[in-house]
Amino acid sequence: MAVAESLDMPVAKAGSELIRQRVRAAWIFLAPMLVVLAMVAGWPLLRSIYFSFTNASLTNIEGAQWIGFENYLSVTTLKSGRVIYDGLLVDPLWWQSVWNTVRFSVVSVVMETIIGMMVALVLNAEFRGRGIVRAAILIPWAIPTIVSAKMWAWMLNDQFGIINDILLHLGLISTKIAWTANADTAMLAVLVVDIWKTTPFMALLILAGLQMIPGDIYEAAKIDGVHPIKVFWKVTLPLVRPALMVAVIFRMLDALRIFDLIYVLTANNSQTKTMSVFARENLFDFDKFAYGSAASTMLFLILTVITVVYIIVGKVNFEGGR
Amino acid sequence: MKLRSALLGFAASFVMLAGADAANLQIVSGDTGNGLAVLREKLDLFEKATGNKVTIVPMPSSTTDQFGQYKLWLAAGNSDIDVYQTDVIWAPQLAEQLVDLTDATKDVIGQHFPSIVESQTVNGKLVAMPLFTDAPALYYRKDLLEKYGKTPPKTWEELAATAKEIQDKEREAGSKDIWGFVFQGNAYEGLTCNALEWVKSNGGGQIVEADGTISINNPKAAAALEAVKGWVNNISPPGVLAYQEEEARGVWQTGNAVFMRNWPYAYGLGNGADSAVKDKFDVVPLPAGSAEGDKSAATLGGWNLAVSKYSKNQKEAIEMVKFLASKDMQKLQAMKASNLPTIIDLYDDADIAKTVPIIPRWKEVFLNAVPRPSAPTKVKYNEVSSNFWTAVHNTISGNGSAADNLELLEAQLTKLKGASW
Repeated sequence: MAVAESLDMPVAKAGSELIRQRVRAAWIFLAPMLVVLAMVAGWPLLRSIYFSFTNASLTNIEGAQWIGFENYLSVTTLKSGRVIYDGLLVDPLWWQSVWNTVRFSVVSVVMETIIGMMVALVLNAEFRGRGIVRAAILIPWAIPTIVSAKMWAWMLNDQFGIINDILLHLGLISTKIAWTANADTAMLAVLVVDIWKTTPFMALLILAGLQMIPGDIYEAAKIDGVHPIKVFWKVTLPLVRPALMVAVIFRMLDALRIFDLIYVLTANNSQTKTMSVFARENLFDFDKFAYGSAASTMLFLILTVITVVYIIVGKVNFEGGR
Repeated sequence: MKLRSALLGFAASFVMLAGADAANLQIVSGDTGNGLAVLREKLDLFEKATGNKVTIVPMPSSTTDQFGQYKLWLAAGNSDIDVYQTDVIWAPQLAEQLVDLTDATKDVIGQHFPSIVESQTVNGKLVAMPLFTDAPALYYRKDLLEKYGKTPPKTWEELAATAKEIQDKEREAGSKDIWGFVFQGNAYEGLTCNALEWVKSNGGGQIVEADGTISINNPKAAAALEAVKGWVNNISPPGVLAYQEEEARGVWQTGNAVFMRNWPYAYGLGNGADSAVKDKFDVVPLPAGSAEGDKSAATLGGWNLAVSKYSKNQKEAIEMVKFLASKDMQKLQAMKASNLPTIIDLYDDADIAKTVPIIPRWKEVFLNAVPRPSAPTKVKYNEVSSNFWTAVHNTISGNGSAADNLELLEAQLTKLKGASW
């Protein structure tokens, strides 16, 4: 944030030697990071976008030829006059993946935000052993996704999984459920696992926001005899909102890119396939590197659009002010 | 013990570095059951014989997962991996990045089944050395079939009826976790294998015929898939839609299935000391359709060894491939992992016949096995297979009728094919 300020200031006080020095220093300190970012993020991104306009295949990347927008949309008119549309933008499998991803993201992020908020409020309260609880709650987040996905896959296994065993003994279900086999329950299973895994992340970010709220506001509310629920809606929520909005966008971006959990936990069926799974499949499994690049580029565009809309509509302020 | 072997390995690696010819090789393999353990055993013998050191890079057992990774490594010119264990269907897709083994294996290639050698030959170039072949079997519980006076089924209808009867009666008798039939119903390459058998054995063709014609959209294929849909949640657990080989074997080997469709590797493991079905089962060829002229069909599987073009130790790598695919080693693999040899003579081997009686009996099944359409569809095979298993998975999980899904599949394949495969 300090950099942003110092970059803004020259407009106001142009010509000041001190300011110019500070700007120069800022650029020098930023340069290594910018170079690294350009190398590890910028370059691959640009290359993916470039390949999406070519006919590249994995075995012949160097010999890729420019074919324009054909991977996205190509229009062929047959001799009979019939017009045929082809490409990613009219690929029903792609739009199915987009829909799967968006549905998953919205449900998971909403649930994670609500539960994360509850957890954060609990952790914000003073009680004995709070340090241990705070550390313990992070465990699901700390386990690598691939490990937790595999772990849950065995727990959810229809024949020898512990989940079915528990539910059966509690009398909640009468027959064993094949959680990951059916498209509907598979999505449910993925959602449960994702919520279990990433709620701690949300809770942590919200907790950080909660701790910024000065305690005297609550004291004042208490003295005035305001009902705790009203305090939450009128005091806590508005004050924690900036932190919450940033947390939500982090999660949203992550959720829209979901790959590992879906890939490990569910059958590789179009009913549960996400955008990332679709892109990977075309990039590596099929001989359609360029088409997969087009899918990756679209994924990137969709993420960008959602983020921009979110920032504008939600009036998110990244400068830390309110 | 672990520490000691680690130290020994450490010491050995210094000795190796000092040695003139010794190389450090890496072989990558994803295998089912005890496959990797048997591979390690064979590699220990190779290390002792040649002084080279070999590390196994283990992979998941799903062939679909392996392929994506290997393709990526090869495209990046990765020189870390010297030898790949490759699926029988990959040869046309990876040929460009694998070493031609034709000259190096001239002396031994004649011992192998010509059809397998041919499947690994692309444009006159032998891209992979056959290691073992595969053709699935119908595993059945001898004890249960005897108890209810049944014989192993010859048709799918018979299988469904027998499975249902035994399953219901056994459940009444108290084994409430028992199911009639388990197979591989997850949406992956394994489902393509299973479904090809259902379709082919009912006279519905083989998806894409050898001449490139797309034949899958036909009433016989649709009827075969509708029948399978009727099995799910009836004689097969609903979870079968997420099962690969090992999940099916899990249900079977804990004694919870009357029938199982699986590859021969499950034979040896089923007779292991920790198996609940030890000595209680046998295998027969898969059932066929009920119509006149329907024949049993088994999808041709099998694994091969290929040397990467980017390997820095090609000479040693080829030596290793020849060693692992040699007669003695195939025999060891047959006895320990019940994998079918690719060397013709081994089917008459007395030791193998005694330890793994399935192998001599399986020669006939394997000789009549159906290849997946990897040869006619060339580099597009993976997408063909993915479209096929998606259509099948949708059908058997109740997403649309078989006829609708196959019609859509035909349209997808036609578009994919374009002017020619």
